[in-house]
Amino acid sequence: MKDVNLTVKSNKKIAKDVYQMILTGDTTGITNCGQFVNIKIDGLYLRRPISVCDYDGDTLTLVYKVVGKGTKVMSKYKGGEVLQVLTGLGNGYDLTRSGDYPLLIGGGVGVPPMYNLCKSLLKKGVTPTVILGFNTADEVFYEDEFKSLGVKVIVATADGSLGIKGFVTDGMVGLNYTYFYSCGPMPMFRAIEKVATSDGEYSFEERMGCGFGACMGCSCKTLTGNKRICVDGPVMKRGEIIW
Amino acid sequence: MVDTKVNLSGLTLDNPIIPASGTFGFGKEFSKFYDINILGSFSFKGTTLNPRFGNPTPRIAECDNGMINSVGLQNPGVEHVIAHELKEMKGYFNKPVIANVSGFSIDEYAKTCELLDKEEQVGILEVNVSCPNVHNGGMSFGTDPKAVAEVTKAVKSVTKKPVFMKLSPNVTDIVSIAKSCEDAGADGISLINTLLGMRINLKTRKPIVANKMGGYSGKGIFPVALRMVYQVYQAVKIPIIGMGGVSTAEDVIEMMLAGATAVEVGAANLVDPYACKKIIEDLPNVMEEYKIQKLSDIIGGAI
Repeated sequence: MKDVNLTVKSNKKIAKDVYQMILTGDTTGITNCGQFVNIKIDGLYLRRPISVCDYDGDTLTLVYKVVGKGTKVMSKYKGGEVLQVLTGLGNGYDLTRSGDYPLLIGGGVGVPPMYNLCKSLLKKGVTPTVILGFNTADEVFYEDEFKSLGVKVIVATADGSLGIKGFVTDGMVGLNYTYFYSCGPMPMFRAIEKVATSDGEYSFEERMGCGFGACMGCSCKTLTGNKRICVDGPVMKRGEIIW
Repeated sequence: MVDTKVNLSGLTLDNPIIPASGTFGFGKEFSKFYDINILGSFSFKGTTLNPRFGNPTPRIAECDNGMINSVGLQNPGVEHVIAHELKEMKGYFNKPVIANVSGFSIDEYAKTCELLDKEEQVGILEVNVSCPNVHNGGMSFGTDPKAVAEVTKAVKSVTKKPVFMKLSPNVTDIVSIAKSCEDAGADGISLINTLLGMRINLKTRKPIVANKMGGYSGKGIFPVALRMVYQVYQAVKIPIIGMGGVSTAEDVIEMMLAGATAVEVGAANLVDPYACKKIIEDLPNVMEEYKIQKLSDIIGGAI
């Protein structure tokens, strides 16, 4: 966890309302895939929590959807802007539980954290299968990026305009996997929970005050006690969630 | 070398900067960012007799120059706080801490304070009669001069530690409430808690926070807080901890000129974990800029 100044290197639209921002600077605060950063944005009081899509020693890639004021301001950055960013927030995914052939499931803006997770699993010699779910073809992003990592990628769109018609759960039918990692909206999680044949992890989203465990703004109840999404999560184990 | 020390009810603070309850947890998260022993003190997370989960989420909404929260006093209960949080705190904070207490009955306030009275680390009890986010408690005590006097008396009867009553700005006459605390034996006044507010999501046409309304804090409430400290300072003889939107060393000086002996910093900690550290480091420079040699000399200087 570090509060650092990062410089916007590039910021481009990659799908409908979805942007990819690459920042440079000290990213050593990030210690695990599935963590997030909290960005101070000029003119707005609260920081904006955004999941980490990818990182190395001195670059950070964020993929975000314009959903409100903060992300709208972010989408206007041209490059060269210096942003105050709290890095390395949250627990991230537990890679030790992957087994030999895990499944990564990303829905919409839940797709980005799957990218670094996929790379990290490959690095430890585990080849996952990836399912990406979107509403429609013009919202699809990162299909090629995942494919170029050499993993099997299944794309599902609700309207059938690209890949299989349906939801991520339609892509899960018949698949054999040792563990699953997911990020996406609650209805997707509920659908996965009904059909998943292995243990797994879900990464949650919530409105946050601080992002580092002080304000109790993002608390939730779990079978293993009260947790704060920002520090005890955002990733929760399948067996601890109260549905 | 300027002098930033202040005396708060017999406690000498190295500086008047105190992170406000609810924005600093039990200090542990912040101790990972900096050595929190540089603080004057800090007011820990509002503690009740029994554990509380608090309100449903979303609990947070953004405002221009501030935020709304409706956490609803989530805390593990006083026994857990004493057995775990206070014990752990010894490892990263070695100054007297301010224990912030809330309750749903006069008896609960008294029982919680009685338990905390035995704790050596606790320097001051700050009794929150002003939480806008709970029903049948909190703010309902702090908006009635008679009820606030009863809570004050009940707490004073179980502790020898200084008792500061933390008041709500959601009243028509803050002065009468503060005077009522003083008459009932309070050692000091903390003000202000958050202003009751709300935001509505234009897309869903529903309130953003699940509890519909919440407490508005942050920069935007500073002028209201300052005004109330100024009014109360002129009406009571007991010391005031001023708070509400304080974000800079200049704000601290302004709050002290209005009559605050010490100053709590709240929402600023959430948007910048280093907020208090920066204020403390900045304070001597700003004092020099305004030719202040001894900070305690300026208390109430604007009257």
